[in-house]
Amino acid sequence: MRETKKRRDAHSREEQGTAYGPKENGSVKKSGQWETVLKVLKYIRKYWIYLALSIVLAALTVALTLYLPILTGRVIDLLIDRGMVDFPGIFRILQRMAAAIAVTAAAQWIMNVCNNKMTYRIVQDVRNEAFRKIEILPLKYIDGHSYGEVVSRVIADVDQFADGLLMGFTQFFTGVITIIGTLGFMLSVNAVVTGVVVLITPLSFVVAAFIAKKTYVMFRIQSETRGEQTALIGEMIGDQKIVQAFSHEDEAMEEFDEINDRLEKCSLKAIFYSSLTNPATRFVNNLVYAGVAVTGALYAIRGGISVGQLSCFLTYANQYTKPFNEISGVVTELQNALACAARVFELIDEEAQIPDREDAVTLADVDGRVDLNHVYFSYVPDKKLITDLNLSVKAGQRVAIVGPTGCGKTTVINLLMRFYDVHKGAICVDGTDIRDVTRSSLRSNYGMVLQETWLKAGTIRDNIVMGKPDATQEEVIAAAKLSHAHSFIKRMPQGYDTVIGEEGGNLSQGQKQLLCITRVMLCLPPMLILDEATSSIDTRTEIRIQKAFAAMMEGRTSFIVAHRLSTIREADVILVMKDGNVIEQGSHETLLRQNGFYAALYNSQFAPLA
Amino acid sequence: MAYGSSQGIPWLLFGSYNGKDLAMGKLLVYLKDYKKEVVLAPLFKMLEAGFELFVPLVMAAIIDRGIVAGDTHTVLRMGALLVALGVIGLICSITAQYFAARAAVGFSAKLKHQLFAHIQGLSYTEIDTLGTATMITRMTSDVNQVENGVNMVLRLFLRSPFIVFGAMVMAFTIDVPAALIFAVAIPLLSVVVFGIMMLTMPLYKKVQAGLDSVLASTRENLTGARVIRAFSKEKEETDSFEKKNDSLTNMQLFVGRLSALTNPVTYIIVNAATIALLYTGAVRVDEGTITQGQVVALVNYMSQILVELVKLANLIITITKALACANRIGNVFEISSSMEWKKQTDDGYAAKDSAGGMRDPGGAGSKTEDYAVEFEHVCLTYAGAGAEALTDIDLRVKRGETIGIIGGTGSGKTSLVNLIPRFYDATKGCVRVDGRDVRDYTMEELRGKIRVVPQKAVLFQGTIRENLQWGSPGASDEELWKAVEIAQAKEFVEQKAGKLDYRIAQEGRNLSGGQRQRLTIARALVGAPGILILDDSASALDYATDAALRQAISRMEGDTTVFLVSQRASTIRYADQIIVLEDGEKADVGTHEELLERCSVYQEIYYSQYPRDEEAPS
Repeated sequence: MRETKKRRDAHSREEQGTAYGPKENGSVKKSGQWETVLKVLKYIRKYWIYLALSIVLAALTVALTLYLPILTGRVIDLLIDRGMVDFPGIFRILQRMAAAIAVTAAAQWIMNVCNNKMTYRIVQDVRNEAFRKIEILPLKYIDGHSYGEVVSRVIADVDQFADGLLMGFTQFFTGVITIIGTLGFMLSVNAVVTGVVVLITPLSFVVAAFIAKKTYVMFRIQSETRGEQTALIGEMIGDQKIVQAFSHEDEAMEEFDEINDRLEKCSLKAIFYSSLTNPATRFVNNLVYAGVAVTGALYAIRGGISVGQLSCFLTYANQYTKPFNEISGVVTELQNALACAARVFELIDEEAQIPDREDAVTLADVDGRVDLNHVYFSYVPDKKLITDLNLSVKAGQRVAIVGPTGCGKTTVINLLMRFYDVHKGAICVDGTDIRDVTRSSLRSNYGMVLQETWLKAGTIRDNIVMGKPDATQEEVIAAAKLSHAHSFIKRMPQGYDTVIGEEGGNLSQGQKQLLCITRVMLCLPPMLILDEATSSIDTRTEIRIQKAFAAMMEGRTSFIVAHRLSTIREADVILVMKDGNVIEQGSHETLLRQNGFYAALYNSQFAPLA
Repeated sequence: MAYGSSQGIPWLLFGSYNGKDLAMGKLLVYLKDYKKEVVLAPLFKMLEAGFELFVPLVMAAIIDRGIVAGDTHTVLRMGALLVALGVIGLICSITAQYFAARAAVGFSAKLKHQLFAHIQGLSYTEIDTLGTATMITRMTSDVNQVENGVNMVLRLFLRSPFIVFGAMVMAFTIDVPAALIFAVAIPLLSVVVFGIMMLTMPLYKKVQAGLDSVLASTRENLTGARVIRAFSKEKEETDSFEKKNDSLTNMQLFVGRLSALTNPVTYIIVNAATIALLYTGAVRVDEGTITQGQVVALVNYMSQILVELVKLANLIITITKALACANRIGNVFEISSSMEWKKQTDDGYAAKDSAGGMRDPGGAGSKTEDYAVEFEHVCLTYAGAGAEALTDIDLRVKRGETIGIIGGTGSGKTSLVNLIPRFYDATKGCVRVDGRDVRDYTMEELRGKIRVVPQKAVLFQGTIRENLQWGSPGASDEELWKAVEIAQAKEFVEQKAGKLDYRIAQEGRNLSGGQRQRLTIARALVGAPGILILDDSASALDYATDAALRQAISRMEGDTTVFLVSQRASTIRYADQIIVLEDGEKADVGTHEELLERCSVYQEIYYSQYPRDEEAPS
């Protein structure tokens, strides 16, 4: 075996705690937990009627459920011996039983419905609120967190929270009330036999806790090994084409088997030892049962209690231990639910972007004059990025932004669109500070085509008309023709009504980019932002698009993150960026004459190679 | 209340319940090494259940012979018997758990091994159709679900029905007319419990679909935050989300109301049966046929049944989930590789050629042997695609030549080179490597000759050395350094702590894009391949490094045939032959100068990158 093994851990933590593993919930601190509970209560408040009804019904259900064994016991006590059965008496009790059963069943159903309603409505509220927050989160948050993580907060965490909440409502209340109720009933019948139950029952707790503690380590090893395996699978299956190209299958298999064997061994341990909980607690329950049977019978011989009461006790003995086992499960589930809730609330409580000013004006009839005055900006406070950037773009000018990757080109776009706010200085459009206008009016004045093409699930048409929902079919087709997308769209199964899946589904990168361009072509705002917009399109198609762009840019202020020489040379202003700073600024000729960074860049990238 | 631990909680998170359990049957093969465990686990469970069934009888004895007769001794003896039954039950059940766990874990390990091997054997065509993400899910969460299912089935599937029917049988041994109540109540209970389940399961599938759409919406609004905000679509998106969310909630409530019926209805049936039992019991006791203690026993059996039915219902949920997962896994097994490889039967035949392919200096021998790669009227249509990706490609490449392939997006460049290592099979025509049809090679033999640098720079966890040795296990450090040097990676590898021992993180995250790409090139160079394919693999390199790389490759010793796929005219400019592709067809072949003169497609590409006035003489 080669030794590429032991270090696949530490990654892919997602896999942990699935299947059988204990859910980890230690992350939420005690004080935080109470805060979360308070927040949950705030959501519950809206549905307090259901909650109140649910609690009342739970109490009623439990009381009646506990009452039933007593009635059964009384009937049994009336079955003394041959010819000594008191039928009228039995009938009276049986009638009462029937009534109790009917009421219990009805109460139970209504209670369940209430609980469902409460839980799912709360979950709906939480999700809506989380989503609304997502829409107004600063881009900084969205850029700084993986999508998967945020999605899992809104979906998986909320689901887990719902499960916990529902279980809490349905089982926690009834469980607690059952324990108290049973205890009361038992005490009212016989104190000593009750004592036996109360003394032996905690044993099952001790046993369960002991097993849980012992198996925790085993589960940890199991989930670590499983993580290791998942990482390997992710690599070898995820990049299977490479594996096959290098005929690496045998080595991969060998490595997989080694981990698989280890996983088999540690899984066996973890699963077996943890599966002892059930038999062990059941054994303790049996002990309780035997204890009640013997002490109860001894009492009965001395006439302390009747046979019916004993049978009632036996039923209670079963019922009393049951909620204990359930509640311990519910408590972990609840803790887990709280931890999940805390994660959702963290998202909901996240600081939103600075809202538009109350007196914000709507930016209209824009000429396209853009000024950046002493702009300072950085993503991370202690890492300077843009410092003292000054730029004055006249209406209709073209600005090309060039520089090596990671130099902050897209940052400029983020600032222009106000995805991020400048730290110092100001950006003005037509002389108005963009913080004094509504975001939506600012953004609708820009047409933006980004490097990462994003399409929403829906029809092609839906995607094109995003900026102009009321566009006619003719307008859409005209725009698509301008961007050279029409020819491929019309070849799709349903043309413009073809539904494309999430993230563009089966379209090629180039086609997606064409659609994004069409989107802008359709609404033609006075200012344009193009970020490496044609990187995935072959150079010939690109030329055609560039022609369309050229026409589009006519009279419009444009910012282009440029890679193609022709675009750069035709620009009125070239911003040369390096490490977040604009180090040179000017036209192509002036910059070449300066013989600085731009000249070096130009010579290395565009001068023909020998 | 003694039951109802799962009501209202969405049962079937993983959908797909349609009773197709054929796949599970196929997977059961992997249990065959655990026959002993598979038999013993349920057996011991049933033993345990059997002992449990005696408890009400012992209790009846305590009442009838102990309390009524006033016999303290019997009470104590019976009490001891109860404890003994408990101990035996405990031992049986621990044994059962052990065997069940062993069988389940062993089963899943075997299954995973086979699945991994099976997936690895699939060809590119199947990988494209299935998608790797799906296969990873099958191997991880689906297998875990099935493992869980097997474990639970072995533990509980026989136990619960055994107790239900055992209790009924015991009731019959006590008193037949009273037992008839059991015979009515049990089917009724089953109908209610399973009826509601069957009714709600497809509904839960719908709930899952609703949840999926809420999820998709959330995801979309994160990935598309910029575009959505640029078009000020926040309001519309929120409305659409809330609509989806509301319809999800309404569905959940509807299903919830239905499944909330389970508990009350079973409660009514069981207790109605108890009333009937008590009444019949009263009559029978009055007749003197049975005793008071026996009535208590009958009532106890009735409550045992209820507990077990609820357990059974939960178990069936687990099983359904596991079956759905098993089906999905089974589907993967059903997909077989669409590509058949020659097995190495005639060793002389295979050995001779492979040696020639790797290092043999191409002596001027017979005609076909001169050509490293030949395409003869090759067409390629991808599975499920409507149109051909490649049409009638004819091409001859001499050993040691450098071939440039250029063309627009989707013109078939990658498709063309993918046919050489037989990642896909030509649908028409024939591809020959070293004069032999690629379909006549064994997989190891063919792919041993050819090294590919794919577009996506993929490295694996492990040291640089381990990554470089992928194609040639055991290659010496000297060979590795040579490859690293040619790939223009020497400088940065030398700067890394541990140099060749530098550990690459998952997905190569601790390297830059350009560094990754250079290492994938180096990986392909180790072992001096006969044919080297660079599929647009210099895209992350700057022009100067790209040029240096090409020079170093051309200076490489041995007769390596090189295929350069690129969109950049500069990359392929100095190739011996340049193939210009357009829409899957060969537009022209020739040298740079020839093509610039006569091929309009090439001219268009070239001048789009080097505007006429800009072109400096080389």
